[in-house]
Amino acid sequence: MGLEKAIGSVMPNALTTRLDRLINWAQKNSLWPMPFGTACCGIELMATLAAKYDLARFGAEAIRFSPRQADLLIVAGRVSLKEMPVLKKIYDQMPEPKWVISMGACASCGGVFDTYTLIQGVDQFIPVDIYVPGCPPRPEDMIDALIQIQKIVEEKSVRDPSD
Amino acid sequence: MSETHLIDRVRELFPEAIIEVQRAHDELTLVVRKSALEAFMHFLFQDTELAFNYLVDVTAVDYQNLPEISEKFQARFMVVYHLYSHQNNVRVRIKTPLEEDEAVPSVATLWKAANWLEREVYDMFGIVFEGHPDLCRILMPDDYEGHPLRKDYPLRGRGERARFLFDTGNQEG
Repeated sequence: MGLEKAIGSVMPNALTTRLDRLINWAQKNSLWPMPFGTACCGIELMATLAAKYDLARFGAEAIRFSPRQADLLIVAGRVSLKEMPVLKKIYDQMPEPKWVISMGACASCGGVFDTYTLIQGVDQFIPVDIYVPGCPPRPEDMIDALIQIQKIVEEKSVRDPSD
Repeated sequence: MSETHLIDRVRELFPEAIIEVQRAHDELTLVVRKSALEAFMHFLFQDTELAFNYLVDVTAVDYQNLPEISEKFQARFMVVYHLYSHQNNVRVRIKTPLEEDEAVPSVATLWKAANWLEREVYDMFGIVFEGHPDLCRILMPDDYEGHPLRKDYPLRGRGERARFLFDTGNQEG
């Protein structure tokens, strides 16, 4: 259409893009995680955020301990029957759009704890976007999971925020 | 105060109460009859020489699958108390044999620490502590049925996981 050229001739410093791309670009590089750390995965998550692995490089260093200010729920550790309503409530309190990482074997499938009290995978109750295998996963795995989430964020559209 | 002195004193005062004195790994264990437990623990707590001021732990063991112990003491469970005296730097373990339907006197009025510990033993083993200020579940959900650390309780539960439903009070839609 030559729109870029026409705008560029009037405003040489202007950049043209799609609204979706602009919003997604901003959102994917400023994910605010809500950590639900209940076990050793929580410790590994802290290592991911600390200086050596430095999740800030991917824009997700602003850990929010209030679900109302977060858009990425990281379930890191075992979740018991008694704890599940708490996790569900936290998920419900998060504003849309929101994403969920199930970190480690326990959150994803119960892990070695095939017992009377443990939820065998949080995806029975809340929708999970990315599962991270490991017991616990290495910080590199968490960085990879975050990049996967960023790819999901990239593909959504403002027309339908639930996508 | 030495451990031998401790044994001598309690033997003198409670000749009938002590079923067995065990020593293993430099640790002293006294197996005490349930009928004498209340007076026995009260003595250990208030005696100024022994001064067992610190209750380290209360727990229980289910000997259902260990007949050599359950038959010897005529008991399915043992309630275990770990005591420590800061004054003398002495530790002692008190065990009380218990049949399935028997209750055991609470020591929560002596050591405040016993309150939550006895609730945990009740929650996990179903052992009732008489005289406890508020004997209710501490770890499992309030409406949970059964006591999961009993040996006859299946590891994967009795279908609680499959039946599990909850109300978050925050329904969507």
